[in-house]
Amino acid sequence: MIEAHGLTKRYGDKLALDGLTFTVRPGMVTGFLGPNGAGKSTTMRMILGLDAPTSGSVTVNGRPYREHAAPPHEVGALLDARAVHPGRSARSHLLALAQTCGIRRSRVDEVVEAVGLAGAARRRAGGFSLGMGQRLGIAAALLGDPATVILDEPVNGLDTEGIRWIRSLLRGLAAEGRTVFVSSHLMSEMALTAQHLIVIGRGRLIADTSMEAFIAGAAPSLVRVRSTDPASLEAVLRARDVTVSGAEDGALAVSGLSTDQVGRLAGAAGITLLELTAQQPSLEEAFIDLTRDAVEFRAPTTGTLTTGGAQA
Amino acid sequence: MTRTRRPIQARPTGRAGQRVTQARVIRSEWTKLRSVPSTAWSLLAAVALIVGVGALYSLLRVTRPPTDPAAVAAFDPTAVSLTGVQLAELAVGVLGVLLVAGEYATGTIRSSLAAVPRRLPVLWGKAVVVGLTTVVLCLPAALAAFLVGQSILSAERLDIALSAPGVARAVLGSALYLGAIGLLGLGLGGLLRSTAGAVAGLFGILFAPQLLAGLLPEAWSDRIYPYLPVPAGVAVTAVQPDPASLAPWSGFALFCLYVAVVLALAAWRLRGRDA
Repeated sequence: MIEAHGLTKRYGDKLALDGLTFTVRPGMVTGFLGPNGAGKSTTMRMILGLDAPTSGSVTVNGRPYREHAAPPHEVGALLDARAVHPGRSARSHLLALAQTCGIRRSRVDEVVEAVGLAGAARRRAGGFSLGMGQRLGIAAALLGDPATVILDEPVNGLDTEGIRWIRSLLRGLAAEGRTVFVSSHLMSEMALTAQHLIVIGRGRLIADTSMEAFIAGAAPSLVRVRSTDPASLEAVLRARDVTVSGAEDGALAVSGLSTDQVGRLAGAAGITLLELTAQQPSLEEAFIDLTRDAVEFRAPTTGTLTTGGAQA
Repeated sequence: MTRTRRPIQARPTGRAGQRVTQARVIRSEWTKLRSVPSTAWSLLAAVALIVGVGALYSLLRVTRPPTDPAAVAAFDPTAVSLTGVQLAELAVGVLGVLLVAGEYATGTIRSSLAAVPRRLPVLWGKAVVVGLTTVVLCLPAALAAFLVGQSILSAERLDIALSAPGVARAVLGSALYLGAIGLLGLGLGGLLRSTAGAVAGLFGILFAPQLLAGLLPEAWSDRIYPYLPVPAGVAVTAVQPDPASLAPWSGFALFCLYVAVVLALAAWRLRGRDA
């Protein structure tokens, strides 16, 4: 359980976090989403007591992180997969972390095995790929068998197999009743993993919602319907007080009705249907809509890049 | 929590006793120290410089032995055989710097501080490890340098026995002085958080005060010179103390005080600032 209350962080005159309040509950994967620079990593560092909030507070499993006697058992975190001394072996890195609170050597071997690094554990971490670094970071997070797991962008640099492994790992950890808090800037990835979403932009909370509610509320789901007689069909559907718009190929885009309802109405009116499909809104689009005003860095429209010759 | 947690794998046993303690952090820091190649290179360089430079300088002096009585009286065979300590201090100081500034450079400091959120045990753990390792390796090295040097100097009967007054103290003092230099590097690394900055700071503290003092009028520079860090620290390594310098152990105590101030500043910065 992570409880943040009014977290605010000011760097000079820049407000990185602005009164962020949220709760991350155990037993499910909570996705932490936001555009680059939204304050996700800052929030995670504050949860771990690495950065001090300008105001506000955050507790993990009921206490401020610094007050835990054995932090690795309470919270396991992956903040930066590159944060390993390049000259040190993966095993030594984990062993040094384990020794701070007396975790056995055999546990180090267990987590190394669990993340699939057994073959590389004695190699210097400097030669690791980003994906191997992520696995090492996850091994470090799992060392203390923690009640709460915090991972910052864990799928970065992983291959398809690695991404699928992370997904099942996160779901498994949540199913065991742990609190799992995972940041990402990719909505599509979160949609497959998270059951709950916390979305921030420019240091402010934009949404704190279940994944289902987010998907449902993201955009009205559309039904695409093509028939031999679009005009009559439109008239039948309009009567039901729904929005209908025409597409260029004679199909209609209907919102407010399910495919079943459209099919029955068409059948009752004797209209022959050629195509009837439900179109889910793109989650990525919904996410972009939600955070549109909160994007910190945005590339200018492509035109300005290609017409720059005269200015140079 | 609504559901009971089941362990992902066999849960570590004896978990109730698994809290962070200073002794455990020292073990962890020992693991970190010995698991990177730069440590071995720094320590190897220190030992090689102590023994090698001492032997070379002894060879040099034995080929041109002092002749007039004043020079014979001033000849300090212990100092000749321990010349390498003056170079080894650079290797040891850089080791101290790397131990903490290296963690900032790689980002490892965040995992270290997340594991030990009270933070200061990390700094003390590093201090114990670097201080002890340096002394434990440099004491035999200084002794070896002394013995090798004296056997070379004995060709011209310039040698001195370890049992002569002040000699054993100078050998031990050399190792202790190097241990303190390691702590100075550690403190500077923690204070400045950057390898380049801390190494520059280390060289500045080792060399600059004497140079600056030399620019002052002689009456002033003579008065402050014994209190400068390095002149104070090396008093313990000399058998025949410079009459102008502090007594061996008081000089070393003053040097340790300087080191303690730097470490305290590093602790203050570690404690208060975002990692």
